[in-house]
Amino acid sequence: MKIIVCIKQVPDTTEIKINPVTGTLIREGVPSIINPDDKGGLELALRLKESHNAHVTVLTMGPTQADAVLREALAMGVDRAILLTDKKFAGADTLATSNALAGALRNLDYDLIITGRQAIDGDTAQVGPQVAELLDLPQVSYLENLEVKENNLFLLKKQTEEGYQLLEADAPLLVTVLASSFKPRYMNVKGIVEAYSKEVEIWGFDKITVDEENLGLKGSPTKVDKAFAKGIKGAGEIYEMDPEEAVGMIMRKLKEKYII
Amino acid sequence: MDFNISKTQTLFRQMIREFAEKEVKPLAAEVDEQERFPIETVEKMAKIGLMGIPIPVKYGGAGGDNLLYAMAVEELSRACGTTGVIVSAHTSLCAAPILEFGSEEQKQKYLPGLASGQVIGAFGLTEPNAGTDASAQQTTAIPTEGGYILNGSKIFITNAEYAGVYIIMAMTDKSKGTKGISAFIVEKETKGFSIGKKEKKMGIRGSATCELIFENCFIPAQQLLGKIGDGFSIAMKTLDGGRIGIAAQALGLAQGALSETVKYVKERKQFGKPLSAFQNTQFQLADMETKVQAARMLVYNAAWKKSQGIPYSADAAMAKLYSAEVAMEVTTKAVQLHGGYGYTREYPIERMMRDAKITEIYEGTSEVQRMVISAMLLK
Repeated sequence: MKIIVCIKQVPDTTEIKINPVTGTLIREGVPSIINPDDKGGLELALRLKESHNAHVTVLTMGPTQADAVLREALAMGVDRAILLTDKKFAGADTLATSNALAGALRNLDYDLIITGRQAIDGDTAQVGPQVAELLDLPQVSYLENLEVKENNLFLLKKQTEEGYQLLEADAPLLVTVLASSFKPRYMNVKGIVEAYSKEVEIWGFDKITVDEENLGLKGSPTKVDKAFAKGIKGAGEIYEMDPEEAVGMIMRKLKEKYII
Repeated sequence: MDFNISKTQTLFRQMIREFAEKEVKPLAAEVDEQERFPIETVEKMAKIGLMGIPIPVKYGGAGGDNLLYAMAVEELSRACGTTGVIVSAHTSLCAAPILEFGSEEQKQKYLPGLASGQVIGAFGLTEPNAGTDASAQQTTAIPTEGGYILNGSKIFITNAEYAGVYIIMAMTDKSKGTKGISAFIVEKETKGFSIGKKEKKMGIRGSATCELIFENCFIPAQQLLGKIGDGFSIAMKTLDGGRIGIAAQALGLAQGALSETVKYVKERKQFGKPLSAFQNTQFQLADMETKVQAARMLVYNAAWKKSQGIPYSADAAMAKLYSAEVAMEVTTKAVQLHGGYGYTREYPIERMMRDAKITEIYEGTSEVQRMVISAMLLK
């Protein structure tokens, strides 16, 4: 089985600060991370690597700095890493991004393509489904679970607002996943030690199959009018305890912070 | 001279910090309060390779260097001093001497288990009457057919009851003094070997610190580590490496207390303003940060030298001496800046202060470090 996971490098939105004068994001010094849902996608792929000996390729489009998230994916255990980077890709909205990714995927072998549901910077949830359409693949979004049946047949559990759906689909197909369904593993130490001695393939426009008109700023119908930040929340702490204990804990926390 | 940490180290720090924050920190108070060995954390660490960082890949390790290992102990200790010393004792005091002094057969037999974390390692040198004066060993190993008969006891042994493999020092020839000490690899299941009293400690309360008792234990000749009479030298060299681990533990404790304090002084208000607005607070924090950074330079320098194969004994002693004293000073100041709350178990600061104290004592007291450093100057 060959799997390709598409990931995106995003700013860690829990660390972003706003310039109080201009109201714009201060990107400097904000760490870049693998988009959380995409990391869930990596986890699903790596589980299939362990259970079904799948070969896992990770693909991202971005500036050369996006190399860092590919190294992280290598340290988690993926087999191959490809960075799509070219001036012609710059300024892409979701459609132009999907065109570039589809252009690369046309030149790769796969049974399963995994993307995250959506990215924490754009929150559009468009790229996965668009890629599936461009490649004329069946797609299952909001995937909660995946089982491999015989002969390239997958049994898929898809989250819906009311509950879930169970579906069967033949390979090749594209799924989009949520981080909460596939808790990503940590990078392992050996993987980290070896990550920078492995190859990250650099693919430019000449390596992909797509019409240049559909790429970058030219291929982007979206025009941004204004960007503004939503309120920022802290990382939050998760406790598992009885409701009675929880009341005491919440009261103590509120007192600690002088809220009550 | 390049003070930048490498891309590999950056990636490693990202992982270990997240691991410590999510997996280690939430358990730290409970582990301390209940004096409970965090075995579930050890299992999680084993899974991602943290129990075999500087062990070569061919023996099942991660193939990392001592700097990555020191960073791991630092970041784990920043969240929980107990977890830091479990990794330090396991790696520096058990896996490292087998790697450094073991035969190929011993390496192949013991290192894969230790590096994968399936087996925890421990080290036994200290005895009731042989602490800093390690030459006063009373445990004996008498040659017999095919091996040695081990008798005696060891005290204050980290990881004791959870370990599967122990490096044990014993007298093979009393007449030769320190040259009569030999090192042995002892397995948990050895007949006549038992775990004695568990210590009730001030700090690092989750680490299992016990007595080891040997009653007519037969140790096969293949489990002699190094040559007969090499034991004292092996123990001293092992402790040189161990000091980097303990220095990193002290550094982590100091950094942990400092980070908690920075957070607290910004929140806590007195006289209508946050504590951070008072110059006393600012000056205290500045001193704490400066010392923590200086300690970090010493620790990383010693770890780097060890990996480069440069003599590092005095560097490790300086790193441990300074980091331990900084840990004690910074955690004490952190408690003071937290005021009454800092003295309670509602906050992690008092635990960090209790944990810090041991770093001035074990694997060579601060006085022993001063002896090592001055001996280097005066030789």
